[in-house]
Amino acid sequence: MRVVIAEDLFLLRDGLSRMLQAHGLEITSAVDNGADLLAAVAKDRPDVAIVDVRLPPTFTDEGIRAAVAARREVPGLPVLVLSQYVEQLYARELLASGSGGIGYLLKDRVFDSAQFVDAVRRVAGGGTAMDPEVIARLLARNTGNVSIGALSPREREVLALMAEGRSNVAIAQRLVITERAVAKHTASIFLKLDLQPSDDDNRRVLAVLAYLEG
Amino acid sequence: MTVTDSRPARRRPPLGIGSSLTAAYYGLGFAGLMLAEAGLVLVLLGWVLLGARAVASVPVGPGDGQKRELFILLFLGAGLAIARFLVPPVLLALRRLTGLTRRLAGEWCGVPIAESYLPPPADPATLHYTARLRWLLTDAATWRDLLWVAVNALVGWILAVASAALIVVGAVAFLVPVFSHAVPPPAFPGNTKPVLVILGCAMVATGVAAAPWLLRGYGLLAATILAPADKAELALRVRHLSQTRSEALDTGAAEIRRIERDLHDGAQARLVAMGMTLDAAGQIIDTNPDAARALLAEARDSSVKALAELRALVRGIHPPVLADRGLGDAIAALTLDTPLRIHLASDLYGRPPAPVESAAYFAVSELLANVSKHAEARETWIDIRHSDGMLRIGVTDNGHGGADPARGSGLRGIERRLASFDGILAISSPPGGPTAVTMEIPCELSLPKTSFS
Repeated sequence: MRVVIAEDLFLLRDGLSRMLQAHGLEITSAVDNGADLLAAVAKDRPDVAIVDVRLPPTFTDEGIRAAVAARREVPGLPVLVLSQYVEQLYARELLASGSGGIGYLLKDRVFDSAQFVDAVRRVAGGGTAMDPEVIARLLARNTGNVSIGALSPREREVLALMAEGRSNVAIAQRLVITERAVAKHTASIFLKLDLQPSDDDNRRVLAVLAYLEG
Repeated sequence: MTVTDSRPARRRPPLGIGSSLTAAYYGLGFAGLMLAEAGLVLVLLGWVLLGARAVASVPVGPGDGQKRELFILLFLGAGLAIARFLVPPVLLALRRLTGLTRRLAGEWCGVPIAESYLPPPADPATLHYTARLRWLLTDAATWRDLLWVAVNALVGWILAVASAALIVVGAVAFLVPVFSHAVPPPAFPGNTKPVLVILGCAMVATGVAAAPWLLRGYGLLAATILAPADKAELALRVRHLSQTRSEALDTGAAEIRRIERDLHDGAQARLVAMGMTLDAAGQIIDTNPDAARALLAEARDSSVKALAELRALVRGIHPPVLADRGLGDAIAALTLDTPLRIHLASDLYGRPPAPVESAAYFAVSELLANVSKHAEARETWIDIRHSDGMLRIGVTDNGHGGADPARGSGLRGIERRLASFDGILAISSPPGGPTAVTMEIPCELSLPKTSFS
């Protein structure tokens, strides 16, 4: 799998490259600003681009804008955005930036390399990887929602993991239950939230996210 | 302020019989106010006169010298006691009356007059009498009030009642006797009916015609004496600025202490713990790899928690979205994080100065927290606009109202923070709702940064 990294801090860029290489991923370019990212993406045509939110020259939301711009130039390009903090506003903009896998994670998630590489692979495969903190805040925002209130605690756990972009297999592993049980929970969730059930993992994630964003 | 104040001053009095009669009537109102003001001052002077009479009435004979001195001492003592206990309430009551005069001069005469009393050093109700007396007597505005009472009693009231007097005397003393015998005609040579009619009509007409001008003249006279001098206005401004500046510095210092404490108790402590855990893991890594692995996992968790704490701290100091995107998007991000149903209308072409942006952001954040905590609102509207050099933010909810800045410290805090920028906060929150909070901060917008290409 071929990866482009845009991260301005040398230590993080280097650490990230080595960690991904250790998991058998190929780093085609590692750049430190948005303009170089666009050039690298156009040249390398990677399977996924990993982008830090804060990049020179403005050190504000350069990364988000670079990610959106990259997806405009290379439609369907999977992008995983890393940030020191997460904002629902940015999550929305990324989700709305076109088709193809999208990820938005806290930098801390890098500490758990297995989970992180799993997220990278998921995004490269056209899936979604939303940070648990984004999902927690989305759920907190829906506290008054009657349909979500009707979910059992277990169903709410499944809903949160599903919204993060995890497959039934991953959810089953995480909660230490059978895949069949997860399928039962998801069916019940979709029924209670009045959503169209779907076998496609990613379409399911997007439906749940759209629902939570209200 | 100068614009709104000078506009009515240039306006001519409205013409017309109805408004003239109203003006004459208002003049009587001012005369009534004059009587009340003079009455108040007489309460003070009355004691002095009584005392003076008492001293004068002491018979002076041989050997009475001591007795007389005793009386003078008694009188002085009584005078001081009166001054201590009677002067402050009388002067404060007088302020209410002159305050009313100032307000009515604006409403009736079109000559608004600003107030410029020194602020009380503390709560005036509990203030020590002497301090209170000093506060009142060292204020130039107090002496302007007293001067106004004198001028008003000598000249002012004539302006105030002249038109009403002309109309009433002309009608009652000159015109009524022409038609009725109930009132005897005025006794002067040549008081024939035609003369009476002409004189009466002339007086009424003069009264009616002059009423608006006299009323306006009265207002201008009041403004000459009661309006603060330029110096006083400057002094007021300086006082306001030094007060808000020291408040801003206090808030800043308290904020820095809080940040220091949070760092010390949070991230810093976690990093120390992490270092110790890593050290322990290093010592046992050969002898007990499993335990070492557990310690390493613990250290990693500590680092995650330290990062989370730093994130929360940064969010409280200066939210990243605010720095990245400015006020409109930062508040949009804020609305995405609350369970409230919020309709946001933001219309900003450019960015206010960073400190204003930050103050406005935290003000809205605090208001939204209030809404979700207290108001039980179904919907909330936020409106952000900038026009005529003024940033205006309205936060309205359809909750149950009853928000009172006197009860909660939150609204007071916002008010103080905005005051550093000469900003103001207005609240309308009747019981039963809705609650509408409007904030205004004077500032200019800078052009938005060029976007990433």
